[in-house]
Amino acid sequence: MTDADNDRGFLAANIMHFGRALRAAGLPIGPGHVLRAIEAIEAIGVSNRNDFYWALHAVYVNRRDQRDLFDQAFHIFWRNPKILERMMSLVLPGFRGDENMDQEEISPRLAEGLQGGRQNTETENRNEEETTFDAAMTWSREEVLHEKDFEKMTAGELAAARRAIQSMRLPLQDTPTRRFRTDPRGARVDLHATLRAALRHGGDIIPLKTRSRRKRRPPLVIMCDISGSMDRYARMLIHFMHAVTNDRDRVHTFLFGTRLTNVTRYLRQKDIDVALDSVAGAVEDWSGGTRIGKCLHNFNQDWSRRVLGQGAVVLFISDGLDRDAGDGVSREMERLHRSCRRLIWLNPLLRYDMFEPKSLGVRALLPYVDDFRPVHNLNSLTRIVSVLGETGPRTNDAMRQWRERAA
Amino acid sequence: MDQPQSVEETLALLAKGNYVADRSLATALYLSLSLQKPLFLEGEAGVGKTEIAKTLSATLGRKLIRLQCYEGLDIASAVYEWNYSLQMIEIRMAEAMGDRDRNLLERDIFSERFLIKRPLLQALDATTDAPPVLLIDELDRTDEPFEAYLLEMLSEFQVTIPEIGTMRAENPPLVIITSNRTREIHDALKRRCFYYWVDYPDAERELEILAVRAPGTPERLSRQIVGFVQSLRALDLFKSPGVAETIDWADSLNQLNRLELDPDGINDTLGALLKYQDDIVKIQGSEAGRILSEVNAALKTAVPTA
Repeated sequence: MTDADNDRGFLAANIMHFGRALRAAGLPIGPGHVLRAIEAIEAIGVSNRNDFYWALHAVYVNRRDQRDLFDQAFHIFWRNPKILERMMSLVLPGFRGDENMDQEEISPRLAEGLQGGRQNTETENRNEEETTFDAAMTWSREEVLHEKDFEKMTAGELAAARRAIQSMRLPLQDTPTRRFRTDPRGARVDLHATLRAALRHGGDIIPLKTRSRRKRRPPLVIMCDISGSMDRYARMLIHFMHAVTNDRDRVHTFLFGTRLTNVTRYLRQKDIDVALDSVAGAVEDWSGGTRIGKCLHNFNQDWSRRVLGQGAVVLFISDGLDRDAGDGVSREMERLHRSCRRLIWLNPLLRYDMFEPKSLGVRALLPYVDDFRPVHNLNSLTRIVSVLGETGPRTNDAMRQWRERAA
Repeated sequence: MDQPQSVEETLALLAKGNYVADRSLATALYLSLSLQKPLFLEGEAGVGKTEIAKTLSATLGRKLIRLQCYEGLDIASAVYEWNYSLQMIEIRMAEAMGDRDRNLLERDIFSERFLIKRPLLQALDATTDAPPVLLIDELDRTDEPFEAYLLEMLSEFQVTIPEIGTMRAENPPLVIITSNRTREIHDALKRRCFYYWVDYPDAERELEILAVRAPGTPERLSRQIVGFVQSLRALDLFKSPGVAETIDWADSLNQLNRLELDPDGINDTLGALLKYQDDIVKIQGSEAGRILSEVNAALKTAVPTA
């Protein structure tokens, strides 16, 4: 083997190791990517560092949010082999690199990736300390940043709710798409099928074949309030969200208290316990205060254009009690209402017959919702499920009364 | 012009087509050209994604075939359709003449003569030496089934028509896919492409773009425009202005014979820059004045060195 071949071998191996490090850090990279990366580097050469960077970038990165991770990994991996040495020493216990080196700040995810996913015992210990906090019908002014333990649900409550809720389906009214399927009672002529049928008869008879529009379930976006005053319901409803997420495609779930968290990916886990665990790990503001205006603003800014396409229906679950006293809520709610096909508000406080839409948050929200329903027990959930399947106007008739009372 | 042989040549090629590009973009484009893989461009609206395909087709002298995606885009409008009326006539003729048997007729009816080629099939079918540039625009607007259909087309450069068989491109077209990211495109499709995120340009680059795309804009006005737009992008707006909006704005100010930005001029032409009423209300008036004075102050300190 010549030296050149040897060099090429090292480079290829390094590109592969780099790919593996990225994969361990969470980027979806397979052997196909590595092969293409090597191909790309062969095409581009290694004379220009910048080109080398962007060539690997073009292959290994395929989403905008992966860029930072890639950037950090690239610079650690290709510029400073010493840091890599240290990282490798964590992976391979027998291998010791230079210990005295500058502590560059690197993403914890990347560090974990380079460590090869070794368990960090320290965090596990911390997890064992449990904090409990129950704040039904109160709303705290402090953001409570602690990890909420779902195990605190009573066993009976959990089992009953889970059994009932897991069997629930959400039959949102299907919307017609622009695609067609053959349908003997369809209203349009399917010329392709007609001609084929005609030829089957030798062209003497031309039997008309028809088609009709395909229907499809609209995308669903759930936004659920998890502040202190909503705590009890949110714990129950998260089972509902899990059931719905796994029952249909195109469901996006967001939790909000003082900040907005997208938990769609966690809820896609089939196993409810695994799903709840990962949600608990991702959400930092469980049982804290509520900042509806700010969270809606974040949703509108960062997510609405990505998840509200193709006629999405929004389920907004909240008691409408806002720490910021409705500041900015109505402006953001109006935008949300304009970006979706239907906006349905589920409010546990509606179970009280005496409920009056007087709080500032509620009055800011009400003008922009198309339907307003209670959600506090299994019965009300079941009723929602049946109501959502019915056809009707976008805005429920009862809304007029609600709006008058809120005005 | 021939296909570029290096990143520098790619950069020069784009420059020749009046497209001011980053070296990173040229790298991704060069890879996609030399390895014959599609280039997947993602970015906010108005950063020049579609323009790349147009520039390529113009400078390379290749035909541009454009497929604008929309919800419900189906095979009949994207790939091929049979010419039903011609087929009907053919059947009627055969019937009148009474001279052809059924199998022959069927083979005849479903032959290329009756095939209407839509963009994707046209792109594969080009018989000339120079394969065309295929622009699949705003892929995020279609639904998942169409995306899945593209998989075969993009990796093998072939499509299958049940009545005829598989049609394969002799010379694969140069494929550019764009997306505004109104939804995530599936990884299976992205895997087959080189990916590039088209970002907003920095001030220096944007000045170059203005010089090329809106020539005749006074130097000072260009600097003011770019400074103003760059500060708008740093604000919390629902839709930040893209490069296309910057060029539009420069054009409209030129049209109005403005030599310099002033608060009134900004208020009158803000519609060229911001497309949401909330954003316009937020910027109009005092906020615009504040940004403008900041921009002017920055220009004053920068001018002596220039």
